[in-house]
Amino acid sequence: MDLLTVEHVAKQYAGHKALDDVSLAVPRGSVYGLLGPNGAGKTTLIRIINRITAPDSGRVLLEGRELAPVDTRRIGYLPEERGLYKKMKVGEQALFFARLKGLSRRDAVARLKQWFVKFGIEGWWDKKVEELSKGMAQKVQFIVTVLHEPELLIFDEPFSGFDPINANLLKEEILTLRDKGATIIFSTHNMSSVEEICDHIALIDKSRNILSGNVDEIRRRHGANIFEVDYRGDEQALRAALAGRCEVLEGAEGETIYRSLKLHVADDADVRPVIAAANEAVELRSFREIIPSMNDIFIRAVGGKL
Amino acid sequence: MSNVSIIIRREFNERVRKKSFIVSTLLMPLLMLALMAAPALVMQFSRGGEKTVAVIDESGLIAPRLESSEEIRFETTDLTTDEARRSLTDKFGVLWIGPDILDNPANVRLYANGSSSLSVEEGITGRIEAILEAEKLKAYDIDNLRQILDEVKTRVTMQTFRNDKSQDGEAQAGSSAVATAAGFLLGMVLYMFLLIYGAMVMQSVIEEKNSRVLEVMVSSVRPFDLMLGKILGVASVAVVQILIWGVLIVGLGSIVMPMIMPDDVMAGAEALRQGIPDAAVAGLDRDMLQAVAAVTDTGYIVRIFGCLLLFVFGGYLLYSAMFAAVGSAVDNVQDSQQLQLPITLPIIFSFIVMMTVMKDPNSPLAFWCSMIPFTSPIVMMARIPYDIPWWEVALSLAILYASFVAMVWFAAKIYRVGIFMYGKKPTLKEIVRWIRYK
Repeated sequence: MDLLTVEHVAKQYAGHKALDDVSLAVPRGSVYGLLGPNGAGKTTLIRIINRITAPDSGRVLLEGRELAPVDTRRIGYLPEERGLYKKMKVGEQALFFARLKGLSRRDAVARLKQWFVKFGIEGWWDKKVEELSKGMAQKVQFIVTVLHEPELLIFDEPFSGFDPINANLLKEEILTLRDKGATIIFSTHNMSSVEEICDHIALIDKSRNILSGNVDEIRRRHGANIFEVDYRGDEQALRAALAGRCEVLEGAEGETIYRSLKLHVADDADVRPVIAAANEAVELRSFREIIPSMNDIFIRAVGGKL
Repeated sequence: MSNVSIIIRREFNERVRKKSFIVSTLLMPLLMLALMAAPALVMQFSRGGEKTVAVIDESGLIAPRLESSEEIRFETTDLTTDEARRSLTDKFGVLWIGPDILDNPANVRLYANGSSSLSVEEGITGRIEAILEAEKLKAYDIDNLRQILDEVKTRVTMQTFRNDKSQDGEAQAGSSAVATAAGFLLGMVLYMFLLIYGAMVMQSVIEEKNSRVLEVMVSSVRPFDLMLGKILGVASVAVVQILIWGVLIVGLGSIVMPMIMPDDVMAGAEALRQGIPDAAVAGLDRDMLQAVAAVTDTGYIVRIFGCLLLFVFGGYLLYSAMFAAVGSAVDNVQDSQQLQLPITLPIIFSFIVMMTVMKDPNSPLAFWCSMIPFTSPIVMMARIPYDIPWWEVALSLAILYASFVAMVWFAAKIYRVGIFMYGKKPTLKEIVRWIRYK
């Protein structure tokens, strides 16, 4: 069942449309990637989901009910522009935000202690935020976001500003949270992280949702029937055997272990005869479909080539 | 615990723990008390220290008649001026009087060892003047001239009574001078509180906006709660500050003042408070006595501080809501200057009105300005020491608090839109338009 549904949401700012009839459904327990180029309307959509701004039309439903003020306690939000009180001590600040989310003081302290140990920052409790580096502050902010164990977590560009080691730590934590039952929405334009951790995506471009669904399905759907053959043997023989069955796109450039060719099989054609023909002509080492990366799909979709 | 109270608590702790809060809280009452007790203290301190002045009188006219007092003692010396200047360095100074002093009163010199003092100089010239005057009068050769002149001189002291307060003639004598001083002081405190604490709210909103904490906050609490929490949090700091001051002043007035003040002053002040003004006059300055009586009267101080709290709170709430709205609309303090103008103008205006009002606390201007919520906190506070009718105070407070509620409602509408507007500085017109946003 979908935890969160956005129905026909539109938002107009003075002079420009930030969101134009955007709908999407976030399945419970999924990691949902919100993709799109800068200025596409991702942050506006996130703000609407967080009830920070109100949509001009359309609605946002949590478990089929319209979002109410009390629901903010079920949501954890990590904004893109990190915000903490600079003059406040880390521990006190984390406690303050936890209390605002409805945790009791005792619970909050206990959970904070756990998280601080997990992130190796036990010694920071009495440090002021302004003494921390940007990356350090982000760790604190992440803890503040997830501390009340909300059902729905919204991360706006969670990996920006992290070194690879800490980005990895964060990725692990996000997946752990999902395994514990949380639903996670995160916006990014880092495509490799999308393939690694997202189950579903929505691609927002120019204020509209132009592509959404399950990641694997989308990649398969946008596969262009391109195959790669690795072989040992004579290239001319292979080309001759394949002639008429498919189109050879490019050949053995930078020959490594095996020679290889890229083929395009007509969209409705059967692949098996192609494999059979190739197998006759040369010694086949591998024959596989090239599934487009999310990056390719993203660029093609935004470029209007889908 | 509700979100508003969590926010209030944070704002309060953040500020009260700062060193600057503790320092300013402790220094301010000392300053205020010094101002209020200044006349008494000046009197107390100017009594100190006998100063010896060596006199070289070449006219022979003055020295025999120079009378020493507690403050200045005169010693005639036979040394020459140069010798005296060189050898008598342990004295306050050497006074040289010219031989022709009767015709040339400018021929007097004081060689002071170290810096001279105005009171000593005046003491010396006053005495010489009196002696010369007597000498000249003698030249007219009229009997009892001195006595006649003394009888002609008259000094009037007036006691003011409040007719509307009590018809018994012996009732408490109100002093306009003390009321004026107290009124000015209270108006001043209000003025400072409105500007300082209002600006504090504004800066804090701008800071939250810049550090993007607002975005995190607003995902957990309603903007209205956030604004209200901040305003009330800062208000609680102001209230605590005033309470501390009240306690300090009551303490100083009822414990410290009796210890440092001479007994006759305290007795006079006590007599005044008991409504026996005549017993108090024994040679002491009446206004000074009134001031001491006011400071040491715990009931009076508590009443004044009660009113002060109510007006500071109401006035602060009204203005800080506006300050919060302005803070939400801009990205930095520099940009806020122009938008602050409509807020600071009424505050400055009330301060100017207050100056006029103190001369005539019952004029129509005074009445109306203490009803209009934008000017009422300062103007009303300045009038309160004059014992104005209680219904005026109550009405003024009611109007003030009602308009605060309305103002918070408006400010919240602006605030809600403003905190997510970055970049271009909005004009006043645009801000007003935000009120209508959904």
